[in-house]
Amino acid sequence: MNTKVTIAGVEFKNPVTVASGTFGSGAEYGELIDLNRLGAVVTKGVANIPWPGNPTPRIAETCSGMLNAIGLQNPGVDVFIKRDIPFLKQFDTKIIVNVCGKTTADYVETVERLGDTDVDMLEINISCPNVKEGGIAFGQNPKSVEDITKAIKAKAKQPVIMKLSPNVTDITETARAAEAGGADALSLINTLTGMKIDIERQTFALANKTGGLSGPGIKPIAVRMVYQVANAVNLPIIGMGGIRTASDAIEFILAGATMVAVGTANFVNPYTTIEVIDGIEDYMERHHVDDIHSIIGIVK
Amino acid sequence: MSIKKMTVTVNYQKKLAKDVYSMWLAVGSMADEAKPGQFISIYSNDSSRLLPRPISICEVDREFRSIRVVYRVVGAGTEEFSHLKAGQRVSVMGPLGNGYTLKQEGRALLVAGGIGIPPMLELAKNLDCEKDIVLGYKDSQTFLASELEDYGNVYIATEDGSVGTKGNVMDAIRQHGLTADKIYSCGPTPMLRAVKDFSVEKSIECEISLEEKMACGIGACLACVCKSKDVDAHTHVNNKRICKDGPVFNALEVEL
Repeated sequence: MNTKVTIAGVEFKNPVTVASGTFGSGAEYGELIDLNRLGAVVTKGVANIPWPGNPTPRIAETCSGMLNAIGLQNPGVDVFIKRDIPFLKQFDTKIIVNVCGKTTADYVETVERLGDTDVDMLEINISCPNVKEGGIAFGQNPKSVEDITKAIKAKAKQPVIMKLSPNVTDITETARAAEAGGADALSLINTLTGMKIDIERQTFALANKTGGLSGPGIKPIAVRMVYQVANAVNLPIIGMGGIRTASDAIEFILAGATMVAVGTANFVNPYTTIEVIDGIEDYMERHHVDDIHSIIGIVK
Repeated sequence: MSIKKMTVTVNYQKKLAKDVYSMWLAVGSMADEAKPGQFISIYSNDSSRLLPRPISICEVDREFRSIRVVYRVVGAGTEEFSHLKAGQRVSVMGPLGNGYTLKQEGRALLVAGGIGIPPMLELAKNLDCEKDIVLGYKDSQTFLASELEDYGNVYIATEDGSVGTKGNVMDAIRQHGLTADKIYSCGPTPMLRAVKDFSVEKSIECEISLEEKMACGIGACLACVCKSKDVDAHTHVNNKRICKDGPVFNALEVEL
């Protein structure tokens, strides 16, 4: 049975990774699960300089989901290169670094700094709803998606994944723009902008007022968007949004995702990634699937 | 020390006061390593409630490999826990965070308010020195006070004056002229701020336990940060993680 997949020349032992921001750089979850099992680790977003993030409260639970407004707290690319990359290199898994920034120059600076490091791919976060500058501002307009993709591709030494926002009218437009800009792959979806009000305190549940909605509640939206994008562009897709079981992951694969990422479910059950990896194999056995490629995007 | 997530059995549950419950959980090896001031994450059996509820460890019974939590019902998740009966199962992860650093010589002052009181019990049991224990409550529902009397001199403050000193824990400390070689505290932020100021004024070493909304509980998601005096080890931006770097901090380490 083959579960290996290849994206932009990078081979992954299985199609399961983690969604950026839910897994740090793996050190904390490495105490609970074997990181060698994962197809890849996608790191928390890293910028050219350290970012302190937003005030607390940064999270709130919702029905079958959660809102977060962490604000991309990160130590900056220098600490990341010195500490997090060597940590991840100890494991037999691929490293995908999520890159965030406030300006195109910030993104390009981080991408260039990572160029000489031993990481496998870059995932560009143009879809974070929780920062005032950068993030989603780049991700909602097709022209700016194309421009930033081009600017990054011109300097990047590793393959580039553009992470798309679901907070748009038509996600195929930004997907096509990323493709036109030269993206090697797409990941989707990032979180949906939401709000929760604490009626006892009569104020917002999050200090940032709004946050990104994630978790099982958003899965049907994510599956729909993966399906739409898979049928609109000719790029491999890393699908995510509410995956907590192998069955969820299979839905994304059938809709057109080459890989899948587990996000919020890591908080609910730290063993989710491993259960999804094992469960995909069980599904393949049950359905007599010899090669995972034979089920990617077959539901039309 | 290793963190484990497992499904455990409820041994016993009892209501201690309005909205305050005491629950013993048979947690196996988790009990071997649990220290005063650490916490466990308890998960809902309702899959629409995703996130664990971080709850401080009130007592550890190593012989019967059990952990006791005393918690307040503040929402649907804790409401669900309050209905758990002996023999029912619940998922927990722990032990999490760093506990108090015990100073076994001199005199200890334990100061806690409201639902910050529970961790004082395991702490008091493990402190082998003279102890004054100051507890702040809203009213006469003074849960855990009689149990704490077995381990030190208990002073109570109530907001309505129904028991002990009328006022807050600081009023009780002043009324009884209490002092110490080390202060251990847990409670609402305004109380911790006052306890920290008192410890600075009297030059007493002081450890406080903080609380914040958490998601992962293990230091990965960066939801539960607090402002710290020094740069933190994780992000180098003066944001310590309450779940991983705390929940117990030296009072001088954090800005309240």
